[in-house]
Amino acid sequence: MNIIVCIKRVPETTDADISIDKSGKDIDKSSLVFDLNEWDSYAIEEAILLKEKLGGTVTVISMGGEESNESLRKCLAMGADDAIRLTDPAFNGSDGFATARVLAEAVRKIPYDLILTGTQAEDDGYGQVGVVLAELLGIPHAAVVNRIEVQDKRLKVHRELEGGLEEVVEIDLPALLTIQTGINEPRYVSIMGIRKVAKKEIKSFGAPELNLKADEVGLSGSDIRLEKVFLPPVGEAAEILEGKPEEIALKVSEILRDKGGLS
Amino acid sequence: MKEIVVIAEHRRGELRDITWEMLCKGRQLAESAGANLNAILLGKGVNHLAEALKPKVNKVFLIEDERLESYNSETYERALVRLITERKPWLTLIGHTATGMDFAPSLAARLKMPLATDCIGIEIEGETCSVIRQLYGGKINASVSFVKQGPYMATLRPGAFPVLEKDPLPGEIVPLPSPLAAETLARRFLQYVEAAVAEVDITQADILVAVGRGIKDAENIPLVKEFADSIGGVLACSRPVVDKKWLPKGCQVGTSGKTVRPKVYIAIGISGAFQHVAGMKGAGTVIAINKDPKAPIFNVAHYGIVADLFKIVPVIKDKIKGLRKS
Ligand SMILES: Cc1cc2nc3c(=O)[nH]c(=O)nc-3n(C[C@H](O)[C@H](O)[C@H](O)COP(=O)(O)OP(=O)(O)OC[C@H]3O[C@@H](n4cnc5c(N)ncnc54)[C@H](O)[C@@H]3O)c2cc1C
Repeated sequence: MNIIVCIKRVPETTDADISIDKSGKDIDKSSLVFDLNEWDSYAIEEAILLKEKLGGTVTVISMGGEESNESLRKCLAMGADDAIRLTDPAFNGSDGFATARVLAEAVRKIPYDLILTGTQAEDDGYGQVGVVLAELLGIPHAAVVNRIEVQDKRLKVHRELEGGLEEVVEIDLPALLTIQTGINEPRYVSIMGIRKVAKKEIKSFGAPELNLKADEVGLSGSDIRLEKVFLPPVGEAAEILEGKPEEIALKVSEILRDKGGLS
Repeated sequence: MKEIVVIAEHRRGELRDITWEMLCKGRQLAESAGANLNAILLGKGVNHLAEALKPKVNKVFLIEDERLESYNSETYERALVRLITERKPWLTLIGHTATGMDFAPSLAARLKMPLATDCIGIEIEGETCSVIRQLYGGKINASVSFVKQGPYMATLRPGAFPVLEKDPLPGEIVPLPSPLAAETLARRFLQYVEAAVAEVDITQADILVAVGRGIKDAENIPLVKEFADSIGGVLACSRPVVDKKWLPKGCQVGTSGKTVRPKVYIAIGISGAFQHVAGMKGAGTVIAINKDPKAPIFNVAHYGIVADLFKIVPVIKDKIKGLRKS
């Protein structure tokens, strides 16, 4: 089974103190740590598990600047065979649709049975790229997948619905699945592991190699445009409990007594 | 006259909450733009759902076909491409749910219609539309515009739009012939699988202590477990804690886990992503402990503690133990 996995390098923001940059259109990323998008780490792991079981190859593709090599190498260290980076200044500002269009042109050059993407990216959270990619390639898809069973030329997959319910669907190959977190346990990659693949070639393609015109990609190929970013308005903001830890603890015990019935 | 359509989401004979949320927002948009509000309902044996939708819209377009009995992206897409191409609604609203995430992007691409996903705000401005989305796990909001002229498509975030009582509309059910032919599908629905019954039922607890990724490692779970025990609470968690197998699935609060309404909910090291908040916003009192003062959880909490959980939780635990003994 030949598998393509589309991945993205994203800034880690949950733990970080973030601020809006001068353009007003994004956050200041200069002091942030970047890593492989959480959903993608499950997608690449799933691809490698399938390869270990069934043979074949795993190719990772990422649209992004040269710094995306870092995430591509992480995937190589996990066990991917090939890595491709799609880089061109013309790709900047691509929305979910334009991103899928770029990925589609790269995917068309490679033989595949299955394409995996993350269900969504941690940063822009479109949850759109994988499913659009399937449509552009004219192959069936299933989104939010948390279990895959291979049955000859087709798959039996579980889609995660709400409230713990799952939907089981059968899907013919070639197909595209967007992978949900928790489907597996992504393997740990050591520094040694990364070092081992440090010299491996990462192919890079720009718009001309993909036969894409500048107005089909990036901002001009996008359907939506980000105008400005702002901090979410604080609604009925929480009353912040302040003071020494013991004072805070006392206050919590009072709340538990008054509101939780704790005696 | 402009037309706004809502694709009604339903499962196993019931309309889902997101449908009412979209209809309510759709009504407000229709009123502000002088547009018609219609719904599209696809299914089999769903006349009762069409009746329920009727007072909320001008028209319910109903397509019944056994191939639409269970949701399938392929049959949905085929039916909707036909209907939307014919009617050309100016704005199509779909839920940003497991279902909407599965068919809206491909439908929009097929129709070459601009799509904005996971919107928490949407307004019509003259001949265009602007939306608000969230970035970086809800820490940042973005105003987003559509580049081209309509028609447009948007998926709305569940729980982001309130359902308000409105005067009924003179709804009419318009049954339409199914455009689906007897062709083989590349994707086939097989069955639903229910969640396994959990050992501890977190939905019954008065006090829930919920732990998130901030706990860092499985070996730190006893810290919060002991805290929960000391206050007679039950341990719950956010999704990453389940993904990493630190706690069982039955403990997960949120859209893909349980919906809980305890008297007190203590969120520890949880950022407050909407999928989590959807499962706990009905709690009586919410206390959040997080070291990041900008964590979105502080927007839903009643009380906030900005601190390192590893420092503050043991102190609270000991204090309460001491008080309860005396
Ligand atoms: C289809 C779908 C369904 C989903 N369903 C659910 C669901 O049902 N439930 C759910 O929870 N999520 C769900 N998610 C995932 C959701 O989007 C978030 O990724 C998740 O809720 C984040 O969990 P978290 O807050 O524990 O982790 P993070 O977002 O990583 O937040 C960790 C928090 O801990 C804080 N922290 C770190 N260290 C400390 C410390 N020492 N002291 C104090 N605070 C600290 C950080 O500041 C941060 O705010 C779903 C996602 C998708 C796409």
